[in-house]
Amino acid sequence: MELEQMKILSEARGVSGQEAAVRAYLREQLEGHVGELRSDTLGNLFAYKAGSLERPVVMFAAHMDEVGFLVTGVDKEGMVHVATVGGVDAGVIPSKAVKVGPKALPGVIGTKAIHLQEPDERTKPFDVKKLVVDIGAKNKDEASKLVKPGDQVTFATSFGEFGDGLWKGKALDDRIGCAVLTEVLRGSYEVPVVGVFTVQEEIGTRGAAVAAYAVRPDIGVCLEGTVCADIPGTEEDAETTRLGSGPAISVMDAGTIHHPVLVKHLVKLAKANGIPYQYRRAIRGGNDASRMSLAGAGAKACAVSVPCRYIHSPVAVASRKDFENTVKLLRVFLESVGKGELEI
Amino acid sequence: MKELIRDFTGAYGPSGREDQVREVIRRAVEPHCDRVTVDVLGNLIAFRKGQGGQGAAAGGEPLKVMLAAHMDEIGLIITHIDEKGFLRFANVGGVSPHVLIGQRMVFGNGVSGSIGTERVDDIKQLALDKLFLDIGATGREEAAGLVEIGDMATYQRGLVEHGGRLSSKAMDDRIGCVVIAEVLRRLQGSPHDVYAVFTVQEEVGLRGARTSAYGIDPGFGLAFDVCPVGDTPRSKSILNTELGGGAAIKAKDVSVVVPPAVKDLLVKTAKANGIAYQMEVLPAGGTDTGAIQLTRSGVPAGCISIPTRYVHTPVEMVDLADVEACVKLAVAVLGGPIEV
Repeated sequence: MELEQMKILSEARGVSGQEAAVRAYLREQLEGHVGELRSDTLGNLFAYKAGSLERPVVMFAAHMDEVGFLVTGVDKEGMVHVATVGGVDAGVIPSKAVKVGPKALPGVIGTKAIHLQEPDERTKPFDVKKLVVDIGAKNKDEASKLVKPGDQVTFATSFGEFGDGLWKGKALDDRIGCAVLTEVLRGSYEVPVVGVFTVQEEIGTRGAAVAAYAVRPDIGVCLEGTVCADIPGTEEDAETTRLGSGPAISVMDAGTIHHPVLVKHLVKLAKANGIPYQYRRAIRGGNDASRMSLAGAGAKACAVSVPCRYIHSPVAVASRKDFENTVKLLRVFLESVGKGELEI
Repeated sequence: MKELIRDFTGAYGPSGREDQVREVIRRAVEPHCDRVTVDVLGNLIAFRKGQGGQGAAAGGEPLKVMLAAHMDEIGLIITHIDEKGFLRFANVGGVSPHVLIGQRMVFGNGVSGSIGTERVDDIKQLALDKLFLDIGATGREEAAGLVEIGDMATYQRGLVEHGGRLSSKAMDDRIGCVVIAEVLRRLQGSPHDVYAVFTVQEEVGLRGARTSAYGIDPGFGLAFDVCPVGDTPRSKSILNTELGGGAAIKAKDVSVVVPPAVKDLLVKTAKANGIAYQMEVLPAGGTDTGAIQLTRSGVPAGCISIPTRYVHTPVEMVDLADVEACVKLAVAVLGGPIEV
């Protein structure tokens, strides 16, 4: 069940602004488990679960969009010119298989063969301004019939399980957060919960801005797939999170100082329930938590993430155990808030 | 006023950890207001009912005036504890690695430590990730018993009087908080409803002002913050502000262009009351003014700045005569009609 859902979510295509396929799948998964389901103008999906209590209203945000590319035009050779959407690492773009447009046409981001490269070309970083996708078209006319400016281009990565319960796939940032939220919404709680699957996070947490304004939560919890650099070449003090060490609780990032009351409560609950946890040990990056904390007259906000190695690239790696422990921690959190254990 | 400055600057309160400084300020302002509240992000809001009538808004109803000075100060946040007990950190607000070398820092629980650095061959390579905080722990376990990841430290540096000038950590913006506290003490009846807000999280992005202004929905906003000066030896700064030159009336910073009507009201009031003032155009940095101005459908907002040397170091210096000018100007503005 989990594996199948994660595979579909990871392989679904949805760069920022084009989240329809992800939204449709999530809607299907949530039918029957929540009360009202609705989308707003920007495409955010809201799942409402009434509780026996009126307050505090807990809002979750997990973003549906992924980083990728947008078609800007075609040239006389039939090559498709694209621009990046969100922070795609320029170093990982060359020589990738991609899917283009609504029909998911196969495409290739080619590079000049090493035999033909001048010595200085081999040491220069890839220039994203020269980024083109080869869709096998012979000329401009043929290419124009297949793609339009504005079409999305996504990495063509198949999802899979490997190693000791590890998952590999594209867009784990933040489809793994979407999967966590879907699982959490399948439970039942005393507190009112609004699960929001947001749009356009990767280009400036835009969906969450309007969603948080609409919901005005008392507590906002952002669910993310976050940086995990427990890899060779990174010193221990820069690893940020470690795979398999449990959900990562943020303390501060570029957009939010996560509310100390929530952070302390999450840590207390993790310890009391034997759930492994870790702090997210870096302050770079931002997420939907900032929009929740600053909506209207403000809310207490925090972020809980599943560590994901190699994010913002064609393939990331996460641990099933971390996923499960994240769900477990959030369920315990909602139960505890429902019992009035958190002073709001 | 010196005692207030000593108390306010001495309190611990980096962004997001303003509890201690909030209590110090609350004790000082409570006797001079009708009501003191704390909102969800931790902003301290001191309310003084206005008298309405002459000088009030149309219809004689009091105008809602929001005053704002931020309580938070810059600092460091712990991101890692190594096996020998050294702490690694990131910045909370604008902290320079060059200023940090040799500093003593203190946490909210009183634990203090000294900043050390890895070997760097070229000072230009100095960055925050080359520095560490040594709290005297002999290993990871001992350190973790004293501080936790996410704990914040600030400069540990007391106030020094240099004649009419004072230097300390956190003048930015506890001196603005002092100005508001003193205004509340001296203000003898105002036609306006005054919401004096001691804001949180200014140093990380004007966050407290944004949510408190939304909650208050003011008709006029006035921020109080420090402004750097261009009067030090061989300063290449384009700033024309100077220490001892009087209250600085802001025309512009990165967050705001002060509406001419607001700026003119401040200038006119200073002239009419013989208060020393200077104009301020700040080419780098923003203030709560900008966050207040963009609240809901827009709020006319201005800023009175306290000229300050060595901003964001542990020895920020102000001139008491400037502080006094800022207080007088604010009292004069609040005592009369605000038509902007």
